[in-house]
Amino acid sequence: MSNPTNIQGNAAAAAGAIAAGCRFYAGYPITPSSEIAEQMAARLPKAGGTFIQMEDELGSMAAAVGASLGGVKAMTATSGPGFSLKQENLGYAAMTETPCVIVNVMRGGPSTGLPTRPAQADIMQARWGTHGDHPVIVLAPHTVREIYEETIRAFNLAEALRVPVVVLYDETIGHLVETVTLKEPEEIITRKWAEGPREDYLPYAADEDMIPAFPRPGDGYRTHTTGLTHDERGFPTQDPEKVTAFMERLLGKLETHRDLIEKNELVETEDADVLIVAIGTPARAAKSAIRELRGEGIRAGLFRPVTLWPFPEEALKAAAKGKRAVLVPEMNAGQMILEVERVLAGAAPVRGLNVFNGEPVTPAQIATAVKELAK
Amino acid sequence: MNEITVTSADAFDIRDWLRLDLMPHFMCPGCGHGIALRALLWACHELGIKKDKLAIVSGIGCSGRTGAYIDANTFHTTHGRPLAFATGLKLARPDLTVIVISGDGDSLAIGGNHMIHACRRNLDMTLMLLNNEVYGMTGGQVSPTTSAERFTTTTPAGNVEPVFDACKLAEGAGATFVGREATLQTPALKDLLKAAISHKGFSVAEVISDCTEIFGRKNAMGNSAEMVLRQKHTMIPERAQDDRVPEPFKPNPFPTGVFVDQQRPEYGELYEQVRKRARETGK
Repeated sequence: MSNPTNIQGNAAAAAGAIAAGCRFYAGYPITPSSEIAEQMAARLPKAGGTFIQMEDELGSMAAAVGASLGGVKAMTATSGPGFSLKQENLGYAAMTETPCVIVNVMRGGPSTGLPTRPAQADIMQARWGTHGDHPVIVLAPHTVREIYEETIRAFNLAEALRVPVVVLYDETIGHLVETVTLKEPEEIITRKWAEGPREDYLPYAADEDMIPAFPRPGDGYRTHTTGLTHDERGFPTQDPEKVTAFMERLLGKLETHRDLIEKNELVETEDADVLIVAIGTPARAAKSAIRELRGEGIRAGLFRPVTLWPFPEEALKAAAKGKRAVLVPEMNAGQMILEVERVLAGAAPVRGLNVFNGEPVTPAQIATAVKELAK
Repeated sequence: MNEITVTSADAFDIRDWLRLDLMPHFMCPGCGHGIALRALLWACHELGIKKDKLAIVSGIGCSGRTGAYIDANTFHTTHGRPLAFATGLKLARPDLTVIVISGDGDSLAIGGNHMIHACRRNLDMTLMLLNNEVYGMTGGQVSPTTSAERFTTTTPAGNVEPVFDACKLAEGAGATFVGREATLQTPALKDLLKAAISHKGFSVAEVISDCTEIFGRKNAMGNSAEMVLRQKHTMIPERAQDDRVPEPFKPNPFPTGVFVDQQRPEYGELYEQVRKRARETGK
């Protein structure tokens, strides 16, 4: 794995998953993510794992979570319409704290939308798609190499924190072929397994780290797993005090481990007059635009959340401090900008650059918008 | 049906198999699901299944809540999806005995797609489908197995939809073991479940169960004892003649027994061959 190879973004997601120890994949064909399923179908049996094409998106999410409940690292992948269908059982994974990874290769929507064209239409769906307050981590790679690395990190975070992790990127990067050196992961995390006495065992009791150990079926714990709100024993409860304690831990565990989760890239932000906040393809365009603009004496910089959710509130505030303006280029009608505006709360003027016609955001579009703001 | 061999020497005591600290249970007086649960655990006992290696996967509804009382690895999943969860679990952990407890709404309506594909795929697990003709948990709405003319909260003028025959559906979709019994005949139900669990491949055991408090009350079908005895008139044992008594409502006559018991390659074993080929040839 040490030689540089030409590899497509979606293939890099599959390679990253296998490198991270994924041994189960359940999928359903959907453009523009199908290559991930095809790659996993070819690679998993060689690695001693299992690939299955399920009857629908709901079933593929359910089967992935089912495999993880059995103690095996599991993944599925999809695009917008399929991601909507997966939300039901993504919520079950969040509620039961079952590690799993979902890759969403974004295309234009709503509905069938633009199946073969890129978009960033699911930034909010990735955070709020399933019903109820729930924890979810969303990683947003912007290169093929980063898809590989972030898929590995997605498995590590899912296992460490017992949470569903979404790897979110647009069609352009999914189908992009780049020359990449796929390095063996520096760290592979596997969930903390339940150990010790079986009597009076509490599957959802957690230490200060807020992450309960995972009881592996067959190890003698004979626990109950339910999507109903449950107590430390794992059985349903409606006791307001127990429900509050459970929800506070479920939602609080990501905040507790923010240091582990958060990851941002800052490009020439220190002296910048205009700060660009972008992920995915627009972030690539922004990097190109920044070079051009600086050549013309216009100081622009980029703040790129690699972990999109939980949103990097403090880091963005710090990066935006004293800037003349903030530009948020997105391939949607304005989703991430809502979060940027909320976090900055008027500290700097925020402007959107929204492209939702199935075309990627170009460096020229960003340069023009920055020039307007720098005036 | 094959002759059943008792493999466990001890007498069956249901308390060995239940999470007694969860009692009292949530089921209504007279609910047939408790009888089905007893028959299932009796079957597991006689087969000598180890509780540590038993995985119960259920969906949503009264059937879905039944699994929680079993002292095993129990998974209460989402509505209609237990077969899909179980597919992932069984493929990841072939060492576990996987039994899915589902209902007529769970498996034949919202989860119908998963059911037909589980039948087609033939992965080694068992579906115990509790058919009580109604959505009980949500207050008594019509289901795909509600008999003609029956009253439910969403068929106030009587049901006009035709019913699904779960066993014919399973057979048509390729299940390699299909049978039906009623809660009235608990030993026969236990034997059916034993045969289903022992079967290599995907097995479907439909259980005709009574919803006394909601469906029975709404349709003036008598008390729980009268309801369970009614099954005599609506169940047709294997090879018996149709001799049901006339009634004001059209009964839903179902034959009981084993309808399909055949062998074809099991999915997990077929996939193991895929792994073997991949390792040997690199393809």
